[in-house]
Amino acid sequence: MPHSRFPTQPPDPVPNPPAAEPAPQAPASHPVDKDLSPHPSEPPRGHPPVAPGAPISRPVDKEPRRGGPGTPVSPAVPFARAAAPNPAEADALARAQGGDHQAFAQLYSLHKRRIYSLCLRMVGNIAEAEDLTQEAFLQLHRKIATFRGDSAFSTWLHRLAINVVLMHLRRKGLSLISLDEAMEPAPDEGPGRSFGTLDPTLAGAIDRLALERAIADLPAGYRLIFVLHDIEGYEHNEIASMLDCSIGNSKSQLHKARLKLRDALRTDTRQEARR
Amino acid sequence: MMEERNPLSCAAFQAQLPELIGSGEAIASHPHIRSCELCRALLADLETIAEAARQLLPIVEPPDALWEQIESAIKEEEGNPGKN
Ligand SMILES: [Zn+2]
Repeated sequence: MPHSRFPTQPPDPVPNPPAAEPAPQAPASHPVDKDLSPHPSEPPRGHPPVAPGAPISRPVDKEPRRGGPGTPVSPAVPFARAAAPNPAEADALARAQGGDHQAFAQLYSLHKRRIYSLCLRMVGNIAEAEDLTQEAFLQLHRKIATFRGDSAFSTWLHRLAINVVLMHLRRKGLSLISLDEAMEPAPDEGPGRSFGTLDPTLAGAIDRLALERAIADLPAGYRLIFVLHDIEGYEHNEIASMLDCSIGNSKSQLHKARLKLRDALRTDTRQEARR
Repeated sequence: MMEERNPLSCAAFQAQLPELIGSGEAIASHPHIRSCELCRALLADLETIAEAARQLLPIVEPPDALWEQIESAIKEEEGNPGKN
């Protein structure tokens, strides 16, 4: 295992280098069993803090992101950390590009959590997530010499992993274009019933584990868009281009996903209250 | 749309929501939201969900055995160049 992280740390060329990757904060024993409170000093990934009541569409994100406005599919760079890569990563990257196996192991160690978490959330299934993580790192191994540094390495790898997952889902027959039709829930459980109910609201508080569970239970198409937009921070136009669907489709799928999550979480709350 | 005088029904308003939210407009000032407690609660919940999702960290640890699998797959590929 490449557990020995950063064995030979070179002097920092970068001022204030952030922790490259979530430091192994008490690694969860079980992959889904992971209610680790974020490190207090660690900003939430990518997304700027949002004032209560701020619009959920994140207008701040309208600013051109890394990659330039001319690249519509430029990854969202959802991670603040991606902005200033760890010097140990740059070193490992250079060596891995030269074929150094130890260095590649180090890159795996640095990025395994992010890539595995991404795969797991996108497919909602541990076995598939492991296979996809493996495939992503195999592809990384094949392609690493072609990485030119136009974007942050973590952004590049992240996008590579998303492509691996999307390929997999397409092979499985999930038509990413007609998500709406394929994933439309039965009318009686559709999001339409949101109006007219006076169920308890979420009251501004969501249990993280309950949310992870509810996301994993979403229909595949909804989950995909929710993960890409709300968790990973991609824009609708980026998602539309990744999934080859319309922007309107992406917006409506995201909305339905959130409605479904709301239903699931409120059901949780009701059951909780009955106990 | 935002200047609509006649109050929309909840159904009609909610049908517009994906687009309203996706456009980044300030929905809080929408006349329907100002007058409808139900849709205000809905919107607040959706905001809560989006915000909670934003806070989820990529910290799920893959099993240790995964690296061993990847390593042997890499070695296999290196032993059979051109097989990909
Ligand atoms: Zn209403």
